This record gives sequence, structure tokens and C-alpha cells, in this order.
Amino acid sequence: MTAPTYDLGPLHGGLRLEANKDSATVSGLCAMPVPARIVLPLAQHVGDPAEPVIGIGEPVLRGQMIATSTGALSAPVHASTSGRIVALEPWPVARRQGEPGPCIVIESDGEDRAISAAAIDYRELSREALIALLLEGGIVGLGGAAFPTAQKLGQAHTVPIEMLILNGVECEPWISCDDLLMRERASAVVGGAQMLLAALAVERCCIAVESDKPTARQRLADALGAAGDERLTLKPVPTIYPSGAEDQLVGLVTQREVPSGGLPIDSGCLVHNVGTAAAVYDWVQNREPLISRITTVTGPGVKRPMNVVTRLGTTVADLVAYTGGYTDRARVLVIGGSMTGRSMSTDRVPIVKASNCVLVLDQTAARGPVLPCIRCGECASVCPIRLLPQQLYWYASADDEARLRGYGLTDCIECGCCDLVCPSQLALTSTFRFAKGRLHELQDRQARAERARRRFAARGDRLKRDAEQQKRELERQKTRAKTLGKDAITAIMHRKRGKPEDPKR
Amino acid sequence: MEFERRQAPHVRSSASVAAVMQKVLLALAPAAAAHVWYFGPGLLFNVLVALVFCTGAEAAVQKLRGRAAQAALEDYSAVVTAVLLAFALPSLTPWWVTASGSLLAIVVAKQLYGGLGYNVFNPAMAGYVAILVAFPREMALWPAPSMGDIDYIRPTLVQTLWYTLSGQLPADLGFDAISRPTPLDLMKTGLADRQTVAEIRAEPLMGDFGGRGWEWIGNFVAIGGFYLLATRVIRWHIPVGVGIGLLGPATVLYLLDPDSHAGPGFHLFTGATLLCAFFIATDPVSAATSTKGRLLYGIGIGVLTYGIRHWGAYADGIAFAVLFMNMLVPLIDRYTIPHIVGHGRKPASKRAAS
Repeated sequence: MTAPTYDLGPLHGGLRLEANKDSATVSGLCAMPVPARIVLPLAQHVGDPAEPVIGIGEPVLRGQMIATSTGALSAPVHASTSGRIVALEPWPVARRQGEPGPCIVIESDGEDRAISAAAIDYRELSREALIALLLEGGIVGLGGAAFPTAQKLGQAHTVPIEMLILNGVECEPWISCDDLLMRERASAVVGGAQMLLAALAVERCCIAVESDKPTARQRLADALGAAGDERLTLKPVPTIYPSGAEDQLVGLVTQREVPSGGLPIDSGCLVHNVGTAAAVYDWVQNREPLISRITTVTGPGVKRPMNVVTRLGTTVADLVAYTGGYTDRARVLVIGGSMTGRSMSTDRVPIVKASNCVLVLDQTAARGPVLPCIRCGECASVCPIRLLPQQLYWYASADDEARLRGYGLTDCIECGCCDLVCPSQLALTSTFRFAKGRLHELQDRQARAERARRRFAARGDRLKRDAEQQKRELERQKTRAKTLGKDAITAIMHRKRGKPEDPKR
Repeated sequence: MEFERRQAPHVRSSASVAAVMQKVLLALAPAAAAHVWYFGPGLLFNVLVALVFCTGAEAAVQKLRGRAAQAALEDYSAVVTAVLLAFALPSLTPWWVTASGSLLAIVVAKQLYGGLGYNVFNPAMAGYVAILVAFPREMALWPAPSMGDIDYIRPTLVQTLWYTLSGQLPADLGFDAISRPTPLDLMKTGLADRQTVAEIRAEPLMGDFGGRGWEWIGNFVAIGGFYLLATRVIRWHIPVGVGIGLLGPATVLYLLDPDSHAGPGFHLFTGATLLCAFFIATDPVSAATSTKGRLLYGIGIGVLTYGIRHWGAYADGIAFAVLFMNMLVPLIDRYTIPHIVGHGRKPASKRAAS
């Protein structure tokens, strides 16, 4: 890649990156045929994994719920085609970078029969019913984090919300699935936005689209014109990475900072991905739960980059084979973009709700020779959080917990900007990721130590209290004995021996 | 198919320390040409001597520390130190003076503190100050600029080389014939002799702003500086800070009492002001980190420079000012942590996940 150039827009720092999106957007959307085998992980979202509700050998239909949500933060999983459940077993998953996680394996019958569902008019539903409906549809955020949508909407009850922001920014290089979605399914995005507004009882929605997506913006403008809904507006945002990160987008749209440790709702906004809005539309209007998504297959490691409508559970190997296979240069498989995506050990991992991009890179992505930090400050000038990565790096190397907290390590969004401009080629982002883990660990250990200390102190208190109580009891008995006199004592002693209370009586 | 696992981000920039240092060297080229034009080829010999001793010392110490000597040379930082040190020296300097400065800069100021990235003091300035104190006579011999001075004799290439190697001038060439006080020296001694600034400035050596030759070298240094700004090797904060710190007091005092205070134009274009503002104070390793900190750091250097120039014992105080501010960097860094986005307001909600 060429050296990045910089821009201080309304966002602090950030980078103008080579987009690398054109190769995958020329051909338009293709729908991949259903593969013979579908592998659906139970944990496709943030929160608790779904719990299977079907047994091995059972037949399933497309759209049938096969695992239900459990706990406060969870989402169900639906069969993405018709067929038979053949296994409930560990399978390499993207969340674990290719290490196995629990999955449901479906053998497709090739008929792709859908389960029938009654038509719904969302305008007749209450907010609560609409949110419950979205949970039932297995809708999660499709921008990459896969936060269950119903629970996100539920958060809005705690704080007043002014605006819904639809995130069509897609600032990561290589990824173009949202661009294609907005180009080809703009009316679904707009329809989904109206449904989300109904679920939020909010009157303003802003669809944020990057300035380098003129076609998508035009199609959305047309769809908005057709919908004639004045609550919805279109907002172009500058093409600066990471303008599509949730908190940064809120800053760009509202000029407000999302407080540290808080959520966009603290700035009166709720952010949803445009893909999520389209998924909501598909579920509420077309009664199809979240069983497919658009995935960008791209990079120098694939022969034909393109955007594919993929059934969830299709393995990356099948998907890449469908697009035309790997090139000889394929070395690194990334799910997500080149800046924050996660590198996989195998292509047996299935596409899940969060899989927006399959990026296959070649060897050139390797790091150059690492030198000591020369404190040039480039990292600080590109940090969207206004952190001082060079100082953080220093304190992370020294494992200085207090300083790391003081310099805001926990506010780092791991966007990778500092890594990319570092002339010393330091692995800043992964160092920070590791240091954050250390902080959590220390916090955990401190919490445990604190609990143990409290337990110990409580035990001491209890023992002391018991001893005092015993002493008081003894005193009480002594004084009682004194007041009652000798006869009473004899009487008690007799009673203790099991003899009549007063032999004279 | 199996793949190797990597940590995000999965792209690398072509940025490298070597590229940064090379740009600094490139940016110094016009100033070097001007320097040679006005003060003769001495600078080139000084650069050569400094290069030999700086890179040699860097390689030797790296080897002693059990590290790859070649890798340390490939980052070009020792080369930059050598060139900056040579720029600070009079163009007629015996080789052992330059060598002492180079060794002190690299061995003591840089490598003993841990090498690249760990030095507290600017190596070139530390080396320069050491030889300024150790060899006051040699460091005071500035040849006259080849401009405007009628009784001026320009030493030839061979004479310059001979002086660099032996410290001796040919018998027919006395120091009086070739050397002249620098404009800063003139200003200092003139003011001490109770001359007015206007009288001092009437000297043919004084030129329009900062002295014949000096002001033109200053222009070429500034061209290099703007190149560094344009290529984002340096940021504006330190140069602007130095400018504010130096020219602020200079302007105020000049306006209050123009007879005994040189004007801001003189201070800007004379001595090493521009070299310091763009090339020396901007050494990232020994400078403050945050933007606010860098502005403060630059202002500190400027104010101290003015103070030393006007009230101190040395004609130019930039090297001392830089070293003193280097010492204050940890303090500045501590009190100029930028506002972190999202701090200052407590969230009403708590993040459910994470």
C-alpha cells in the first residue's frame, strides 16, 4: 500500500486508506447456491450462546428456529436451508479464529423449502411486541460486532433517544458488502429504518453514507424519495477511517462525544448498521429470519473478488470455491477488514451473522524490522480517541497498570491507525490488546483478593461477635444466679441432673 | 486449507525510521550548499569527520552491547546526528574537535542512555555543548562570509583541508585575515561596549537581518524545514513554539528599547535559530510528545535562547536551551496529556457487553 495521508476532519486523527473496494463492486451481487453442508455455530453474537431445540436426525425447514436465545443477551439461530440435522459438534469457528466451537450441522436436501409464517403489519404492534419479534428473528448487528438488535433497542428504554443513526459508512478497506446492499436493496434499508423507528418510538433517522459511495447514496436518495418519509435523512460523511466506528460516527453526525465507558445512547443516539435494517425488513415484511447475509470475498488471494449473498453456515472454503478459488499468493485468511479483521487458521470456518468480509491476503502484509520508538508522535496524531499510543506502548512494556489506566488504555478502540503510521513498525495495536487483557486480569485478581479480604475480615468480626456474645451470656447468667440466690442454683443443678425441681415439694 | 494467523491490522505502511531520517538529510541539502557558498568547503570536511566518528562509534557501541551494528546504521539516525553536529561547528574546525563532539554525542548522550529512542538529550547538541566548553578557542573561529567584506581572504580548499587535519593555518594566512566575529558576537560585544543597536547594525557584516551569509543560510534552512513540514516528518508545533518563545520577548523588548535590544528579524535569521526550530528542537526522541507539550517545549527553547543571547555569557544559547528543555520533557509530558475523547462526562448507561 502507499503511505497513508492524513486528514483532520470533524473526527480527530484517522487515516485516509487505500480503499481497495473497486474489484469487488464491479460485478454486482451474486447469490450463492445452497451448499450441501451447512454449519451453524451457536454463538454467532455477543452474549450467551443459543441453546439447540432440535435433535440429531430431525428434519428442518428453511427459517426454522433450531437454537433459541438464552439469558439476557442472546439471539436465536435459524436453519438457513431445509434438510436434516446430522450433528451437534465442535467445528472451527470465526469467533475463535479457527479453533472449534459448538455448531449445528445440517445436511441440505437441496429443496430449500421454507417454513411458513403469518404476515405481520408492524404498525399494529406495540413497541415491546416489535422488539420481541426482532429477537425471534435472530436479528443481530451486521456491522461486525453482532450485538443482538432486540437488546440494543431495549437499552434505549433506559435513556431518552433523539436519533437513530444507520451506519452505511463501511470505512474499513476491502469491505463493500454494505455498499452493494445500499446500491441494490436501498428500499429494504429504508423500510427497515422505518421499522426500527417504530421499535424505538423515535422521530429522526439519519442514514450516514461515506462520501466515496455516490451510487449507494443516489439509490438511497431515490428510495427515500419513494418512501416520502420526512423522518429519514441522508448524511454524507467524509471518507476517513475509522469514521464508521460507532462512537466516531456519533461524533461525526451529532458533534457530541460518547462518554468513556458509555454507549451512543448516552449521546442520545442509537446506531444500527444498514445491513441490520435490511435484515429487520426481511424478517418483518418478508418473514425471513436472519439466515443469509452479503459477504465480500476479496483480496489478492482470491481469483475473482465479488460480493455474495451467502447462506449463514456456508464454510469459507465453499464460498471461496464458488467465487473462483484462491490464487497462488493466498497466505493469510482474514474475516473482516484489513484493519480490525481476525486472522483464521483454517477456511473450514462457516460464514456467520458477523462475517461481512472474507479477505485473503498475500505475504506482503508482513511486518518490517522493528526498531525502538523514536517518539515521533505520528501515532498520537492519527488516534481517533486522542490517546498517546507511544506513552501507552512505553507503559505497556513496563506493565505499569496505574499509568495505563491514566493514559486511557481502556478507551482504545483498537482501530489500528497508530500501527499503520509507526515508522518503527511497532505492533502497537496487538500490544494494547494484550495489555487490556492484562488489566482485566489484574482487575479480576484484585476483585478476588478484595472478596477474600472481606471474607476474612467478616470471619474475624463474626468470631469476635460470637466470643462477646458468649461472654455476655455468661455474665447474664452469673448476675441472674447472684440475684436468685443459692436455692435457685441448686434447683437448676437438680434440673440438669433430671431430678424433680424441689424434692421438698 | 490452512493459513498462518496474524494480528490485526493486516496491512503495513511503508513508513520507516530510515525514511524519516533520509528526508531530514535531504532537507538539509540546500542549507549545506548555502553554507559552503558563504563559509567555504569546511562544512564538508566537518561532515565527513563527524560521519566517520558518529557511525563508527554507533557501530562499535552496538557491537559492545551485543546488538547488530549494521541494523543500527541502517536507521540513519547516527548520520543525522553527524550532519547536525557539523552544521553547528565553525566551518574551520580541527578534526579532533569534531571527533570529540561526535564521540560524546553518540557514545555518551545516545548509546549510554540506551540508544535510538531512549536518549534524554539531543545527541548533536550534547556533543556540541561539550566541545564548546572544552575547545572555546577553536569554536570561536568563524571565517568571514564571502560577501560584502572588503579585506576578506577566502581560504582555499587545500588550506581548509590542511587546517582541518592539523589545526594550523599556512604561515602566510593569519586568523585575523580570514575570521570574523559572528553577528551574534558583534551584537553582544557591541552592546557591552554601550553601542546602540543601530550603530552595531551599521557594520558591513550585519547584513539586512541576521548578518551577511547567515540570513541566506537561514532562508535555505527554512526551505528544508518547510519540506519537512509538507512531508509531515515534523509538525508545526515546535518550530512555531520556538518562534513565539524567541521572537515574542525580542519584539517586546525591541519596541520598548530599540537601542539596546536587537530586533526580532535579527534573532530569527542569525545564528542557529532556524536550524534549531526546524531540525534540532524537532528531534522527536528528546522532545515532548503531545501537541500542547511540543508547543510549550518550543516556547521554552525560544525564551531560554533569547535569555542566553541577551543576558548570558554565550553569544548563542540554542544548544543550552535545547538541553535544558530536554530535561523538562518528562515534566511537560506529565502535565500536557491531551483530552481523551469521551472523558469528562459520566455515562448514564453502562456498557452491557465487554
